[in-house]
Amino acid sequence: MKKYVAKRLVISVMTLLIILFVLFLMLSFMPGSPFNNEEKMSPDQITQLKAYYGLDKPVLERFVIYVLNMLHGDFGVSYSIQTNMPIAQMIGGRLAITVGIGLEAGVLGALVGLILGVIAALRRHTAWDSAATVIAVLGVSLPSFVFALGLSYFLGYRLKLFPILFDTSAPLSSSVLPVIALSMFTLASVERYTRSEMVSVMESDYMMLAQSKGLPKAKLVINHALRNTLISVITVLAPLLVNLMTGSLVIEKIFSIPGLGSLYITAIQSNDYNVVLAISFIYSVIFILTMLLVDILYGVIDPRIRLAGGRD
Amino acid sequence: MGKTVPEGGFRLCTKSHEEVAEKEYADYSYAREIAGRFLANKGAAVSLVIIATIVVMAIIAPMVSSYAYDDVQTQYNNLPPRIPGLEQVGIFDGTSDGVNLYAQKGASDQYHLFGTDSLGRDIWTRVWSGTRISLTIALWAVIIDVFIGVAYGLVSGYFGGKVDIVLQRITEVLSSIPQLVIVTLMLVVMKPGLENIIVALIITGWIDMSRIVRAQVLRLKSQEFVLAARTLGVSAWGIIFREILPNTLAQIIVTFMFSIPNAIFLEAFLAFVGLGVPAPLASLGSMINDGYKSAMTYPYMVVAPVVVLAILMLGFNLFADGLRDAIDPDAQ
Repeated sequence: MKKYVAKRLVISVMTLLIILFVLFLMLSFMPGSPFNNEEKMSPDQITQLKAYYGLDKPVLERFVIYVLNMLHGDFGVSYSIQTNMPIAQMIGGRLAITVGIGLEAGVLGALVGLILGVIAALRRHTAWDSAATVIAVLGVSLPSFVFALGLSYFLGYRLKLFPILFDTSAPLSSSVLPVIALSMFTLASVERYTRSEMVSVMESDYMMLAQSKGLPKAKLVINHALRNTLISVITVLAPLLVNLMTGSLVIEKIFSIPGLGSLYITAIQSNDYNVVLAISFIYSVIFILTMLLVDILYGVIDPRIRLAGGRD
Repeated sequence: MGKTVPEGGFRLCTKSHEEVAEKEYADYSYAREIAGRFLANKGAAVSLVIIATIVVMAIIAPMVSSYAYDDVQTQYNNLPPRIPGLEQVGIFDGTSDGVNLYAQKGASDQYHLFGTDSLGRDIWTRVWSGTRISLTIALWAVIIDVFIGVAYGLVSGYFGGKVDIVLQRITEVLSSIPQLVIVTLMLVVMKPGLENIIVALIITGWIDMSRIVRAQVLRLKSQEFVLAARTLGVSAWGIIFREILPNTLAQIIVTFMFSIPNAIFLEAFLAFVGLGVPAPLASLGSMINDGYKSAMTYPYMVVAPVVVLAILMLGFNLFADGLRDAIDPDAQ
């Protein structure tokens, strides 16, 4: 197991380095200049600014310097959003907000989805099942901003149950709507997957054996069916995370949440490429870390995977 | 719950087996079998109608509308929806808080079915030409994805060995960059436009397709009919295109259908973060982006594109679901 984790860890770090290099290259080809009011500056001033920020050096050298600095937690400084502000400082608080809302939405979606899926599987071909199917189809099909706009209009604006915009002084009540809107896709996919897995598990031979031994229904469902269902449900977590990430950008914009996503959008629009690079990299780290966790978790739960040398 | 015994009991079968088979199953092609199962599925049948309606509207509505999508008439801005016929009933009559804004702005002779936006452009026309652009982007992106993904998957799966290892490492690295990051960065570097958005969607879009095709090829290439073809001296490309590819078609079509709503969503998402088609062009996403800012005061501006987008995505998802179940009834 240790060897497996170590191997996966090394691959992840290598992948991250490659990604960072690709991102770095792409952004060095980015048109436009990161400095404000470039047209008002003389060529001398521009050369000076470039030298000051180290932009006059060749790409490879800049890349090495960047990676070395990053290992010390230094992501460079912002050029245009807040001139010379260290990016690590800009990102710190925002990362916590984004991850917080993402986690809340993920957990809410996974739990509710699991419960709905189990109910649908146990009460197959009843109104429960149909209701769960409708929720699943809607949740998978509709983009998160449809839910966000709908929720903020009806629950926020019309009924005034929750605030429409995020408020850092009341983070709990003002994050209710964004969390619900963001969780819908997770909820729907987990529900769908749980239902189909649970149905096939319930029909398997070992369930019949357990049943014929006279196990009570509750024990049968929780100890046998649910556990085996969970193994496969874990595999769908990775794509869900991707969706939470894209979703968070949209949700943060609609509810004006001061998170990573809204900073990313601002940075893209103002050509602040150090910030774009840093946030892109953070997104990639979160993504790869989760993939790694899912893989390891999978290896722990189902030893057959580990022996086969990883999931392909 | 089998069928009950027919009235009058069973009758002796007078036809031979061959005759029955000839009559009942002769014309029963694989495609017809799938079509039958697909149409028997209520959701799928409805989705077909939805998609057809939206596509027809996207093609025809902008052509027959008396307004163009970029007709700016600032004097007639922010008009609520007004629909002939329904206005007699008292809904969609162009009034807001009891004031007929059409009369107030001197536009009593005009009917804007979905209202007008802040520049006085007709939302009905914009929604349908926006749908047209969203669909165009999604379809082009997904069609090119199919070609790249299928070729990649076929080569990687069939030749195996070193080729496979190298190709798979490449997709592994590509797919471990979040799609969100790649797509936004591509557009930051290239500047959004119709073609560039399509290219950005393709960069990572083909990976899923190549994975699925590769898995199918791995499954098929060890089967007897491939061995038979090889024994007969068919070349590698002959086997790939004549033996293996036709057997993966069903999977390819299903994946293709699932990719369409995904591409529509990604385009809308990009437009929403400000990387959409440049104005005055409209896509559903860019209209939502324009409309959501005033969603509380003029909800109709954002409702129309949101509803069309939602129905469109729902339609394609139901369609893909139905198709998958029709092709592989056991997968449910």
